[in-house]
Amino acid sequence: MGRYQTSEVPPQRNAPFREQLKWGKVQPTGGRRRGGPAQNMSTGRLRTLSKSLSLKDFNIAFPAEQLKTLPVCDTDRKRRGVGDHNAARMSQQAVNGVPCRGKVLTVENMNPNVKRVEYAVRGPIVQRAVQIEKELREGVKKPFTEVIKANIGDAHAMGQRPITFFRQVLALCSYPELLEDNKFPDDTKKRARRILDACGGHSIGAYSASQGIECIRQDVARYIERRDGGIPSNPDNIYLSTGASDAIVTILKLLVCGEGRDRTGVMISIPQYPLYSAALADLGAVQISYYLDEDNCWSLNVAELGRALNEAKQRCKPRVLCIINPGNPTGQVQSRQCIEDVIRFAKEEHLFLMADEVYQDNVYAEGCEFHSFKKVLFEMGPEYSSTVEMASFHSTSKCYMGECGFRGGYMEVINMDPEVKAQLTKLVSVRLCPPVPGQALLDLVVNPPQPDEPSYTSFMKERTAVLAALAEKARLTEELFNTVPGITCNPVQGAMYTFPRITLPQKAIDKAKADGVVPDMFYCMKLLEEEGICLVPGSGFGQRDGTFHFRMTILPPTEKLKVVLQKIRDFHLRFTSEFS
Amino acid sequence: MSATRVQLLSPRTLPLLSSGRVALFLQGGGGPHRGGVGPRFRSLTSPPLSCSSSSPGRALSSLSTTRRGLPKEKMSENGMMSRAKVLTIDTMNPTVKKVEYAVRGPIVQRAVELERELSEGMKKPFAEVIKANIGDAHAMGQQPITFFRQVLALCSYPELLSDSTFPEDAKSRACRILNSCGGNSMGAYSASQGIESVRQDVARYIERRDGGVPCDPDNIYLTTGASDGIVTMLKLLVCGEGAMRAGVMISIPQYPLYSAALAELSAVQINYYLNEEKCWSLDISELQRALDEARLYCNPRALCIINPGNPTGQVQSRECIEDVIRFAAKERLFLMADEVYQDNVYAEGCQFHSFKKVLFEMGPEYSETVELASFHSTSKCYMGECGFRGGYMEIINMDDDVKAQLTKLLSVRLCPPVPGQALMDLVVNPPQPGEPSYEHFIKERTTTLSALAEKAKLTEQVLNTVEGIRCNPVQGAMYSFPCITIPERAIQEAKELGQQPDMFYCMKMLEETGICLVPGSGFGQKEGTYHFRMTILPPTDKLKILLNNVKAFHQSFTQQYS
Repeated sequence: MGRYQTSEVPPQRNAPFREQLKWGKVQPTGGRRRGGPAQNMSTGRLRTLSKSLSLKDFNIAFPAEQLKTLPVCDTDRKRRGVGDHNAARMSQQAVNGVPCRGKVLTVENMNPNVKRVEYAVRGPIVQRAVQIEKELREGVKKPFTEVIKANIGDAHAMGQRPITFFRQVLALCSYPELLEDNKFPDDTKKRARRILDACGGHSIGAYSASQGIECIRQDVARYIERRDGGIPSNPDNIYLSTGASDAIVTILKLLVCGEGRDRTGVMISIPQYPLYSAALADLGAVQISYYLDEDNCWSLNVAELGRALNEAKQRCKPRVLCIINPGNPTGQVQSRQCIEDVIRFAKEEHLFLMADEVYQDNVYAEGCEFHSFKKVLFEMGPEYSSTVEMASFHSTSKCYMGECGFRGGYMEVINMDPEVKAQLTKLVSVRLCPPVPGQALLDLVVNPPQPDEPSYTSFMKERTAVLAALAEKARLTEELFNTVPGITCNPVQGAMYTFPRITLPQKAIDKAKADGVVPDMFYCMKLLEEEGICLVPGSGFGQRDGTFHFRMTILPPTEKLKVVLQKIRDFHLRFTSEFS
Repeated sequence: MSATRVQLLSPRTLPLLSSGRVALFLQGGGGPHRGGVGPRFRSLTSPPLSCSSSSPGRALSSLSTTRRGLPKEKMSENGMMSRAKVLTIDTMNPTVKKVEYAVRGPIVQRAVELERELSEGMKKPFAEVIKANIGDAHAMGQQPITFFRQVLALCSYPELLSDSTFPEDAKSRACRILNSCGGNSMGAYSASQGIESVRQDVARYIERRDGGVPCDPDNIYLTTGASDGIVTMLKLLVCGEGAMRAGVMISIPQYPLYSAALAELSAVQINYYLNEEKCWSLDISELQRALDEARLYCNPRALCIINPGNPTGQVQSRECIEDVIRFAAKERLFLMADEVYQDNVYAEGCQFHSFKKVLFEMGPEYSETVELASFHSTSKCYMGECGFRGGYMEIINMDDDVKAQLTKLLSVRLCPPVPGQALMDLVVNPPQPGEPSYEHFIKERTTTLSALAEKAKLTEQVLNTVEGIRCNPVQGAMYSFPCITIPERAIQEAKELGQQPDMFYCMKMLEETGICLVPGSGFGQKEGTYHFRMTILPPTDKLKILLNNVKAFHQSFTQQYS
């Protein structure tokens, strides 16, 4: 199960096993990969998984995929001698000498990059959670009555209510006949009319411009200007997107080129949000890991950036530096000074900066403040602001609105070469346009009710209530976890997650290894089975060798969160004594 | 700006050239006629727009940066100038540069610009730009289906559930959708494969459509429009290097999403030609020819079919579908059936047959072996809800392991937009007889489809009255793809400008009449033939004017160049 790892090796090679070794998830028990032990281990792994997950009626589960992928590694290994070509041809004739009456598309001859993609946030543990939910519905007895999915930052699923104003405008846009209805406040109607007027045929059912609806891009630009104290933003630099993920993948796609040692390398933090590692695997780019400093509240150290970069230069061409601020999964908020240092580093090292700032409203800790990379860049003067290339990402899914399902988002590109920008515009045109309801929602986020408008008071009340509750839950989480022996937790300065370090008894680690499972996955899977709480193991985000973590969202309602924290505490104590 | 030309040059000459290109770019960015600067225009779709709309100061600063960096800065390891941009046209992903998408290409960029000029009061020989380049029903004035939008409003703002003005069936649909959303909100992420109850509804819809052939909801994947599903499937199929690189058979003319996706994935495009003389029908012998030739340089793995056809509007006969399935089985090809126009069939004697249905009617020899993905969307048919980006794909006979990989791959993007999923649910589960919204729904649906049928006929008729325009019947879908005769002198002039003759033609039509069409070269066509794609979606009155303007333009164009 160490496979949802981030890949540090050039993806052309046998990633999964190498990674496991690198990450220390699986000890090489004698010999190198070529030898038998690794293979035995994978077989052992198969058995464990199939037993614990009862995969029979659950054929979309990742474990099933893993069951079958592992033997594939063997095939991969065998065919490496004969090259990729033959692998593809084998689909037509024979695989490993066995006449192939099978499928046109098999796991042996599918896109190898796709196989390397891993995304723990929706990985095997979540599949198992879904399965347990189904079992509960079917009346299977469990030691709990509901599954709490604390694996993902999905505010509404956790009971957060949508912002009334946003949803009123969306209803008006969906069914404009309601514009005649006097139940809706005037400012909602005004916003809806403005959005509809910018749509073809006054319908959110028309395609928009591929870059996004123009007036929304203007509103985004004005929002950025307000946020950044007046630093100008050009609507032509704004690209609306299908959630932030879409835009991040698009920018990475533009940047990938070269082969062998010239292959593009992308620096990402460890722990990271696994979208990055997944996208890099998919694109066949080289992942360059830099480690956040857990002992310093997950802060970013420029010396560590330098180390990672220099090491990477041996094997790839580093071109991009990705930063997530506020941090996911680690919840740190970067200081202004640190952002300046990063910008200087990017300039010196000639790196394209990608600033993932989707949690920009989620800052809770005293003394912490969100500084956008754009703002800091421009305050550093023209030497930087006219040269450093950057893309900054935002989304409707996080902050106080948590509207994940609408897949709204935008990116601002700065100092991008005009020809590349033209290519970007062309590339996004193939997908026609981002979903228009998501664009409309984004417009409301960047252009919310103003003090003189009828919806202002209720909007502010809702917004403040959400953010205040989050701040309280951030504190609560940190406090409670830090009372548990064997759990240490940095303050949740921002974002929506805690990423505590857990001490696992050696016996548990051994047991996990015997089962062929990463220790923190073993821990989380047990927690899920015993308490119905779904977390993501730290190995899905990457962590220093020999350390173990999990990511938990702080989004459940306060009362429920207290229960969750208490249950985790009890579980942890039980787990520790069971394996001591 | 000319990416293709630059690529041909040796890397050593590039630094010199890059400043030159920036200068060129600036020059091009000024006047209204730079849309016509053909030679540099072909492979880059949008520089004019981004250039004209970004401030000159910014463009200048990038110019000076580039220049400043050129002679003085130290060289980095591989000889590149370290002070140029990190990301330049020369150092970007080469596969992205190869992507072309004519439906939103240079001509559309120019149309947007013309609209802006009109709104700024500039005088033109026309009062409005008519964008007949894309199948965008609502933009052309088609009204949304009331029932769909009522449910979407209810889902967006559930407080409306207590509003007595909404019919009960709209409310019950909304409740059902909301109950399957996390926290009863469309704002929650859904499962990556799509909301389970929606997938169940899709499966039942397919069963009804296909006369009871069973459909498993686990084989349904909801998508962000059909495009997303198509690209995802292609991505799974791509592997191998050199002569073993995956090849994908697509029709010519094709919908350029396919060629764009293949370029981006570096898969090999295998062209098979539709038979224009026989109403754009598909010949198996042509498939065979294309396949046999392609086997010499790639590993053909997939066969893509668009039925009803885009841009060509043909509707495939049941027999032809059987032949294609047999061919795919014999040649071991993965079938991709793009069936987003399944409700758009107009011609007498034509009927939509789904590949799934035909496959299953051919018996277990085929239905248990041939791997098929079929795509549908909320954007076309009678609903035309493009902006919601709703869609699904059904996969049949896919290897279980590959399916697990597919599910994993989709999970990275979290989920398709939930409003689009909700809309998809309504499309596959519309009001039933006996429900309060039924009659009104059927009336709206029928009106739209019969108007489309009328417009299909009208388009064919009017265009065929024009000397030098030859038009197959629009049996289905939303487009006409007539063959146009372009006088030799016009071809010469286009060539001198470095333009495709049909691009030259369409650009001239846009400048003179405000009508925005897509040149046939954007879809592919037999060499020496020229076409354009025009959507039949404008309201009938407007379509008549449009057709007459096309006619008048063609006549004057022909006269001018004779």
